Parts: sequence; C-alpha cells; structure tokens
Amino acid sequence: MPVPAVSMVERLVVIGASAGGFSALQTIFSGLGTDFDFPILVCKHLGIGDEKGLVDVLASRTGTTVMLSQDKLPMYNGCIYMAPGNYHLQVESRDTISLSIDERICHSRPAVDVLFESAADVFKDQVTAVVLTGANSDGAAGVEAIKNSGGKVVVQSLDSAEVKIMPKAAIETGCVDEILDLEDIAAYLRRS
Amino acid sequence: MTDDFQDLELQLLMDAVKARYGYEFAHYARASMMRRIRKHMEAAKTDRISDLIPLFIHNKAAFAHFVKDMSVTVTEMFRDPDFFQALRKSIVPLLKTFPFIKIWHAGCATGQEAYSMAIMLDEENLLERCQIYATDFNENSLKIARSGIYPDADLALYQENYSKSGGCKSLDQYCSRGYDSIKFNGRLTEHITFANHNLVSDGVFGEMNLILCRNVLIYFNNELQDRVLKLLIDSLRSRGILCLGRRENIRFSEAAGLLETVDRHQRIFRKKA
Repeated sequence: MPVPAVSMVERLVVIGASAGGFSALQTIFSGLGTDFDFPILVCKHLGIGDEKGLVDVLASRTGTTVMLSQDKLPMYNGCIYMAPGNYHLQVESRDTISLSIDERICHSRPAVDVLFESAADVFKDQVTAVVLTGANSDGAAGVEAIKNSGGKVVVQSLDSAEVKIMPKAAIETGCVDEILDLEDIAAYLRRS
Repeated sequence: MTDDFQDLELQLLMDAVKARYGYEFAHYARASMMRRIRKHMEAAKTDRISDLIPLFIHNKAAFAHFVKDMSVTVTEMFRDPDFFQALRKSIVPLLKTFPFIKIWHAGCATGQEAYSMAIMLDEENLLERCQIYATDFNENSLKIARSGIYPDADLALYQENYSKSGGCKSLDQYCSRGYDSIKFNGRLTEHITFANHNLVSDGVFGEMNLILCRNVLIYFNNELQDRVLKLLIDSLRSRGILCLGRRENIRFSEAAGLLETVDRHQRIFRKKA
C-alpha cells in the first residue's frame, strides 16, 4: 500500500451508500486516482463478514488506498476509510476517526447519518457529503446536518442510481447542492 | 449558531456535572458524546450546549437520563461468534490448567455476554472452578443482568450466534421460558457476581485470569483509553488474558507494551510475564 504524505487535513469527503453501492464506489474511486488531497470516509451498509473482501477488492481494482476503519485511527489525505460491519464510523477530530456501537439508525450500523453528523460537527463548511444508491432513507438527517453547518451536499442522480430510495430521500430534504450522474462525481470532488 | 463556543460549553457542562454529581465524563470520546448531547439538546429544545447546565444541575431525573444514555447498553449473547469460537479454541485450554479461575467482564451492560461465558465454561466442564465478575456503572443495566431475564424474541438471534460460535446444544437447556421472556438457570447465575464498578473512577479489580472489556474503550479518548487499559492490565495476574472489541486499537497506547498478541484478528492479548 502506498504510504501517503502526512499533511494537515483541510477538508473532508464523506460518502454514504447502500444497495448497489459497491459498483458505484468503484466508479468513484477509479475516477479519483491516487493523488486527491483529502481523506474520504465511507459508510456502506453491509453484512458482517464480507467487509475485508470489499476493502481488498476496492483497493486492488481502483489502485486507491482503502482501509477498514479501526477506532482512533489517524486520518490522512489521499486515504479512504470504510466503516466496519456492526460499528458506526465517526469523525472524532480533525485528524482522527472513531467507532461506536450505539443503536442502529434506520436498522443500520454503520449508519450514514452518524458519519455525516459527526463530520458536520468537526469540519463545518469544509466537508462535502455524497449520497449514493441505496434502498434505505439513512443519510437524510445527516445531509441536513451537513447543510446546516455550511458543508456541501452531492447526490447521485436518480437516473444513474441502481436503487433510488436513498438518493431520493436525500434530495427531498431540500439540502442538496448538486445532483450528479455517477460518472461525474469523482471529477466534482477533485475540483471542489 | 453557537459553534464558536462549542468546546468551551462542552467543558463547562462536564465540569458542572462533575461538581454536582461526581461523574467524570470529560475524557469520553468526543463524537459519541456529542451524539448524546445533541439528543438531549433536542429534547430540551435548545441549540446551546450550555443550556443543559442548569437543566442537569437542578433536574436529577434529566441528569439520570443522561447518565443512562452515556452507558452503552447494546449487547447480545455470543456477540461476534467467531470471537467466542477463538476463546473456546485457544483460551479455554489455557484456563483448564488453573485450579481456580477468576474472570472479569468489564462493562457488561445487561449481562448477556457474562451468561454466554458461563454457558461456554459449563460446556467445557470449567464452570465449577470459575468465578465471573461482571461489572458496569449503569445500575439499570445491572438490575436486568442480575435478573437473568431477557425478551423471548431475542432467543433466535442468541441461538444463531451460539451455534456459529461452536455451541452444539439448544440454549433452551440453560433457561426457562414464559411470559414472552427467557430466564437463565440459577446454576449459571451462581457463578456470576454482578457489581457496580466505574472504569473511569474506580480502581483495580483483583487478580484475574481473564478479562473481557469489549467495545468499552472506543467511548474514551486516547488519554482515558490509556489509563483504563493500564487498570485492566494491573487487574490481570501474570500471563493473564485480555480481550478487547474486534475493531479496537491499542497501537497508540503506552500500555500496549505490557501486552503480547495472542490473536490479532480477535484482539486477544496476554499480559507479559
């Protein structure tokens, strides 16, 4: 795994995905390349057991540095941190992630809302949240928190989403800045 | 928004809570703490953390509710079945070499894992030689733990976990059923002592052969994690075993040097001699 240069985290990207999320994430990671200058935290709903495989496959197919999150792990630019099964992934501070086993949200642990709310709390207007395909309304409350703290919200277009319930719930909050086709999300993240 | 003063307000709230009730939450991990505080702010219909100070100081019930929230009660029997399988396979043989075995389950919540342990030890013919101490700082949780009574609806999940962990029987054998509940047999309860202990403010807990403290340290910041990890290690006899949660991380802790790894994936460690 390439060792990233250690520099201050200036901004953060958080991504929420559920059903259909694996191939969507693969598209985005591939489009990002390896030299993006922010950390990415990902909450993808998954069953226990397949998480290690998910991380390994994403890393090898996209060439990015993808890690399974552990509690109080330092967070580096250019690295992607996936939520482990049965734990919530959170932003603990400007350079640390953390985990919790708090109650499920929308039947999910990890939950997108928990990730987004903690990101908004720490990074305020320096966070971009992305909601991808999914069959669950998890993420909608998180999107509102991001917006209220001045961050940006990007949602995958319904036309390009394998399952539309999650992006639709996010769009219906009225807190969305951009609705983009899946193929355009990586370029947007690199630009903004 | 009151964002500029968020850290100050948080600190004042923690100071107030400590001065009024003696509870020390200042070194809890921030993200999980903020989730709870936001929830209580919503209930109190305020967007200032500092508004919780007068509420908690004057309203004991509101504060009691907060304390209850601060202690995580999420647990299940044989949670992480492959951990219990590893315990049965690699730790039980070690335990068998001792004439008497002391086990501490720190942060036991409502006790399901303590009963899981008792069942596993019974199946390994070890229970008669074991004393399990299961502790938590939440009295409500301990009350449920002591009763050994859980919703019947949870039994299916417990049975599934138990089977995945290598158990070959039916959990029915260890409990009686009725009134939509299950109640564990006195034979298991006899070997478990549930007691109030706060890892943050209370001390060492005697010389244990085995300590389980799973998914507790994640709620503490690095400083407190280190302090509690030392307390756990001090409570182990030489070569005693410590089990943490599967995504917990001791790499950045000073006390990590006092431990050697037994099972990296399952976070099972042994105190160095």
